[in-house]
Amino acid sequence: MFAMIMFALLLALVAIYWGFNEYLYGDPSTASFFLSVGIATLAVSTYMMYQTRKRMIRLLSVEMQPVSSTVQCVKCGFKNIREFKRGDFVFKETEEMCPKDSQKMVISAIYREVKDKEKAKEMSY
Amino acid sequence: MFYGQRFQMMIMVREVEGSLFKLKFMRDEARKTAITNIKEIGKLEGDPTGQIDRFLEYFAISPVDLDPSGVIWRLEHMLDVRDVRFKDDVKLMAPKADDTQVNNLENMLEATLALNVIYRVIRHYYLLGRKTLSLYVIMQLQMILPLIMREAEAYAAAQKAFMLGQPIGDGAGALVAAKLMQGYEKTKVEKDMVLAQVPIEGRSAYVLKAEGPGGNVGKPGEAIRQVIEQNEGKISLAILIDAGLKLEGEKTGEVAEGVGVAIGGPEVDKYKVEEAALKNKVPVNAIIIREDIGDAVSPMRKEIVDAIDGVIDRVKRVILERTKPGDSVIIAGIGNTIGIGQ
Repeated sequence: MFAMIMFALLLALVAIYWGFNEYLYGDPSTASFFLSVGIATLAVSTYMMYQTRKRMIRLLSVEMQPVSSTVQCVKCGFKNIREFKRGDFVFKETEEMCPKDSQKMVISAIYREVKDKEKAKEMSY
Repeated sequence: MFYGQRFQMMIMVREVEGSLFKLKFMRDEARKTAITNIKEIGKLEGDPTGQIDRFLEYFAISPVDLDPSGVIWRLEHMLDVRDVRFKDDVKLMAPKADDTQVNNLENMLEATLALNVIYRVIRHYYLLGRKTLSLYVIMQLQMILPLIMREAEAYAAAQKAFMLGQPIGDGAGALVAAKLMQGYEKTKVEKDMVLAQVPIEGRSAYVLKAEGPGGNVGKPGEAIRQVIEQNEGKISLAILIDAGLKLEGEKTGEVAEGVGVAIGGPEVDKYKVEEAALKNKVPVNAIIIREDIGDAVSPMRKEIVDAIDGVIDRVKRVILERTKPGDSVIIAGIGNTIGIGQ
């Protein structure tokens, strides 16, 4: 695939070169034809190379949902869900204070949430 | 007619090559992450890269099982040596890391080691198929590759979870035990386990889990055996709670009950519980939380967290149905306790 894209790129450059040559020493209409073909081929091959790279990055990366920590007040049960921070663990007493009664808050849960679309795909049979 | 098989093989080889490239990428990324993380946490004077590369090539040879007599004890000894060796190596790589961080780094390196092994084995069969031009070697590889890739992606996610100290799906059992022992005094028992005596429905429950929040599975079998012996066998019921593999089509977080010793991994701990239960006639029940292999080693899903309260209700119901007031029961939360305190 990559070889084909490079070949198309090379042809595009050759066509552009011929176009310039024709423009300087030959027929302007032939020149404009070569130039337009060359520029179009250059644009398409650049786009294909970009798409291939983007597809490679998508295929290679392992996507994981973000992890959240639920921080809960020990007295009134007020919950705050925030992004997981390194050092968090379940039942850790945090330094955060409950905004309602200023009591200490404890991490009650740490989890990741799978989106509905992905869940539906899992349960599609 | 003559080249049909060759074309088929070329297509399969291309597919295997693509997956092998992805496996190599995952392995290399995991290795780089491990090196960066160890340098950051361990603060070793010098470069730990060489030590990490040696760690990734470690192997363990199983004991002889031609004569199975005593194989459990020989396996246990080999696993203990492996565990001590791994911990010592991690401490050498990361001298400034505390116990929790050492456990997490060890788990992270084990996930990286698993990725390395998967990549090397797949590469071996791929090269073997190409060298021998064997359609059947490549075909078998191509057929199992989707399952292997799922496992490899799970290990790649696990490595990140271990690096950050996030709880994984396998810790579901440990989370149940941690919730049950909240607010009660905990004592350390062998090995790397914590125990709390919790009154539940008029019974006295010995709740056990591995000591967190570092990545640790402990030795639940040994701890359960000790509790049974300390109580002179007067245990009415043992309930083991663990994560269990779900079949495709089943929901993650579904809870199921059964009988038997729900302890995964090398069967040393399972054997100890079975022996102690048989000797003292202790009934052993199991409660499992269903999840797939990817969820078991990835950061814990919300469905599993939501299932925990349901599991606790089931435990209480089993205790009410199967025991009398005043009885002693054991409740063991099995699993890797990373990211779960007590």
